[in-house]
Amino acid sequence: MTAAFAQDSSGAPKGAPVYELTNVSKTYARNLVVALEDVSLTLRKGSFTSVIGSSGCGKSTLLKIMAGLIPPTKGRVVLQEKPVTGPRHDIGMMFQQATLFPWKTAAENIVLPIEIRDGKAAAQKAIESAHELLEMVGLEGFENVYPNELSGGMAQRAAICRMLITEPAVLLLDEPFSALDELSRDMMNMELQRICREQHATAFLVTHSIQEAVILSDDIVVMKPRPGRLAEIIEVDLPRPRTLDMMTTPKFGEIVDHIRGLLDKGEDM
Amino acid sequence: MTDAQANQSSADGAGQDTVWVQEVHFIDSVPRWIAMSAVFLVFIACWQIVTSFELVSPIILPSPLETLEDMIFVGQNLLTGGYMLGALWITFKEVIYGFALAIALGFSLGILVGETAFGEKAVMPYLVAIDTMPKVAFAPLFVAWLGFGIESKVALAAFIATFPIVVGTAAGLHAADENARMLFKTMGASRLQTLFKMKLPTGLPQIFTGLKIGAVGVMAGAITGEFLGGGKGFGELIRVAASQLNTPRVFSLILYLSLVGLAVYATVTWTQRKVVFWHKERVGGDDH
Repeated sequence: MTAAFAQDSSGAPKGAPVYELTNVSKTYARNLVVALEDVSLTLRKGSFTSVIGSSGCGKSTLLKIMAGLIPPTKGRVVLQEKPVTGPRHDIGMMFQQATLFPWKTAAENIVLPIEIRDGKAAAQKAIESAHELLEMVGLEGFENVYPNELSGGMAQRAAICRMLITEPAVLLLDEPFSALDELSRDMMNMELQRICREQHATAFLVTHSIQEAVILSDDIVVMKPRPGRLAEIIEVDLPRPRTLDMMTTPKFGEIVDHIRGLLDKGEDM
Repeated sequence: MTDAQANQSSADGAGQDTVWVQEVHFIDSVPRWIAMSAVFLVFIACWQIVTSFELVSPIILPSPLETLEDMIFVGQNLLTGGYMLGALWITFKEVIYGFALAIALGFSLGILVGETAFGEKAVMPYLVAIDTMPKVAFAPLFVAWLGFGIESKVALAAFIATFPIVVGTAAGLHAADENARMLFKTMGASRLQTLFKMKLPTGLPQIFTGLKIGAVGVMAGAITGEFLGGGKGFGELIRVAASQLNTPRVFSLILYLSLVGLAVYATVTWTQRKVVFWHKERVGGDDH
């Protein structure tokens, strides 16, 4: 793991490619809308990549293609050297809403992907790992609590555990904390960073927040709308681990300004 | 209020507690049973006034006391296993069989139209069309087909109660949000897994709403069937009493009959609370 996790001087991890997209396009034929045009990007092992852009820039389409929920019209989508042709067990996904099921306890919710894949008996065996994951996200003792009794942040922590239980090769995060208040959101972002580092996870985050993208990412994919395409991929060379204090540094401000400039240009078109 | 304000303003300087009285609505401090009893007493009082001043003919509306006397008589008959108990048992059977049939039919059809594109496209329009028909008008047909026994009443009761259960089940299957569907897709869940592990449990509140509406309809169906198709049930007793202008008897029979309806409804509500334990219902007296 450490070999593939070699770090350059800036502290950004440079692992082997895990997820590769090459010239991916998506056209919705019915009304000839080009949602995504010629997108190429590479997620490296242990890296954190964010995609940011105004609405209509195709980032949800991109995420759905990467999750194997919809097929691309053109291009190659390859995860761990195998083309993505549908949902896969080595893809973990998280949404804006925690989407925990209220008739299951926290632990039962977390082992749900195992239950779906291997049945109830296997899920029962995985309960132990669910407990460990809950402990890791700071929810020790909440194993048998129903989701109705969890706060928004706690529910998202449980959702993180559910995403991690199958040990996926890539984590797809669709604005996971945007429904939380700002204080919880900052805290959860730092938690997310810690968890990703501990698990050596390869993560891909869709976000609307420039600050969030900069504080979390090694690479930021800035997208332009109509048709959705890449504007620029920005490397963030702030040292790791990141802290919230870094948000006040000049360097952070520079990157944020640069991205905002790119996004404003996109708006004009 | 002035006290409270004075207290508040003096509190800034002197370091006193900022204690003030928050306004409370009177009704919030009244227990439910007292409020309900009050409404009941007002109702009985109005009833008594109307009858004692003979604002309407005693044949049309008996006094509360006459009604109570008759209720006691009917109650004794029921408790001693008289002919009325037999009639009530028949109606009870019609209701239970009708409801069971409606649940089986409604649930199957609900899954057909709620889960399959074929059902939604090709079957749902017919169900809507039949649902808009006045269903009690089918009673003579059921009597012609199934005779004067309990079968025709069971059929009518089930016929009326099926539709709300279909609608509740179909709506319930659509209740799951986009994220939950996506999550199940990304987990590679099969269609059956998605149905049984996600869509059905998510839709249980709607399904139970359908069951409750069905529970009310099944009663109406059984009694209408008895009115129109004879037999030996409670509806027949009501019909006979009404034809004899025995209004107090009609009233008390309806009251005992409603106990059956209430029992069915309560059973559904109780089951709902046990099964859908995560869902807190706020409308319609479910919060006591």
